[in-house]
Amino acid sequence: MGKGTGQGLWTDFRRRFAGNRLALAGSVVVLLLFLVSFLAPVIAPHDPGAIDLGKVLSPPSGDHLLGTDQLGRDVLSRMIWGSRISLKVGFVATGIAIVIGTLLGALSGYYGGFIDGLIMRLVDVMLCFPTFFLILAVIAFLEPSIWNIMAIIGLTGWMGITRLVRADFITLREREFVQAARVIGAGDLRIILVHMLPNAMASVLVAATLGIAGAILTESALSFLGIGVQPPTPSWGNMLTAGKDNIDIAWWLSVFPGLAILVTVLGFNLLGEGIRDSLDPRLRGRD
Amino acid sequence: MSRYIARRLLIMIPLLFGITLLSFAVIHLAPGSPTDLQTDLNPKASAEAKERLRALYDLDKPFHVQYFLWLKKILVLDLGTSFSPDRRPVSGKILERLPVTISINLLSMILIFAAAIPIGVLSAVHQNSLFDKITGVFVFIGFAMPTFWLALLLMILFGIHLGWLPISGIRSINHEYLPLVDSWIDLAKHLVLPVLLSAFGGLAGLSRYMRSNMLEVIRQDYITTARAKGLSETTVICRHALRNALLPVITILGLSVPGLIGGSVIFETIFAIPGMGQLFYMSAMARDYPVIMGILLIGAVLTLLGNLLADISYALADPRIRVSR
Repeated sequence: MGKGTGQGLWTDFRRRFAGNRLALAGSVVVLLLFLVSFLAPVIAPHDPGAIDLGKVLSPPSGDHLLGTDQLGRDVLSRMIWGSRISLKVGFVATGIAIVIGTLLGALSGYYGGFIDGLIMRLVDVMLCFPTFFLILAVIAFLEPSIWNIMAIIGLTGWMGITRLVRADFITLREREFVQAARVIGAGDLRIILVHMLPNAMASVLVAATLGIAGAILTESALSFLGIGVQPPTPSWGNMLTAGKDNIDIAWWLSVFPGLAILVTVLGFNLLGEGIRDSLDPRLRGRD
Repeated sequence: MSRYIARRLLIMIPLLFGITLLSFAVIHLAPGSPTDLQTDLNPKASAEAKERLRALYDLDKPFHVQYFLWLKKILVLDLGTSFSPDRRPVSGKILERLPVTISINLLSMILIFAAAIPIGVLSAVHQNSLFDKITGVFVFIGFAMPTFWLALLLMILFGIHLGWLPISGIRSINHEYLPLVDSWIDLAKHLVLPVLLSAFGGLAGLSRYMRSNMLEVIRQDYITTARAKGLSETTVICRHALRNALLPVITILGLSVPGLIGGSVIFETIFAIPGMGQLFYMSAMARDYPVIMGILLIGAVLTLLGNLLADISYALADPRIRVSR
């Protein structure tokens, strides 16, 4: 890495990232999304929960730019507040997956042997289940709430990260600086946390960014099926449920929240791929 | 070859065991008793009746005892009886719905392969062409598209505005009175949107994968050799490059099984298709836990079989695999 420039990884990374138009577009989308969700109380033109039965299902107009829903609530305002749900679920669920995935991957790669075998078989078994089935089976016995959704998406999404971290750790274990640390008497915990983990963070960062996109998609699908975030809390997924119920009379209820999901997920995907390509240009175009 | 298959089958045994253990643990460690929904809704259910119900399903016994009792039953393919009012055996309820789900998934898999392979090959052969760029955009959007939203949009367009396709079920109400040919057309019309949509995500993934495979292969020395000895470009691409680029795709075939089966919950619910996914959704809503466990188990076993089939086909196609491993 950093071939010939001699300026270090970080400078190289910034130079490559700045030259990647798609990655920049992705960052702009993600940045805008953060702004919108932070400023939701300021920029939302209406109260997202304000019911106006005189204006039920009115099409987009000057007062309601993206129309109103079946209770006369402003679709644009609900979408703005819904961005908070998507971001929260994306980050917390991915956070849970990263903690579990990194921990198990590190143990597996560092110790090898029996521990490695056990953890890898667990990963194999988990990967046999269609993720959506596993999520649905657990949700059946829980109250559908945003916290449960985040926990379940995280608990069923760590396997890929475990494999990545394990692979990194197996290579790192043999590197000289790790051997050196062991020779001067550093304990296992110190070697794992201080010496090895920072070197495995690059692949985790990429997996995390792509994971956020995946978690947002899963949450919206669950909320759409009525087992995710529950109304009246606005989420893009449960807004689309109303869209399906009024599919023949109110197209705007189906079009706009879905567009928000598409753009958001696209943004995180582009950002993630941009980070991967900039960290290691050799990986460009691979899966 | 038979040794390879035997070894491959042996690996499945601990996995199958793990699958049963996890399916069981997921249901039994989740908070809330499986019988809650039945008893809570019934004000006449006394504490004694609740206990009887729990005993009926062995829920009063310790965790490991319950697990082995359940394992003994599934070894003889007895998945128990549904909690729903019909009280039918779970295996029967699943079996009557499995063909619908499997046929739709097979159709969409055929569609994925028939479309993704030419797309991937063409965009690799004409790298950076207009076609490559357009499919590149399509692939990015395909990865980010919430397919249930695309389903809604297509339902609005083809079902409501144009009125070309039905948007619910797999048969019209009057299908029994239609002549045979019309009845088949009726079925086909119902299946167009669900098959198209469940193929959508995989289509994007596979065309990208195919493209990067092909790009790698056409840089190999033996391709240069083939060109150097004067073969036409078509022969080089179709006979020398394509074969080698296709090999890893077999693995993708196996890996795409859980995604397709998992996705069936969404499509079957949206389009009201009477398949396993819809049954799973309804059972989860009703906390019908024998059915939930049964479908969880069957979904995992289908995935396992998909992987097995892919590994064996790979070994058949590529002798290096069965010798080295």
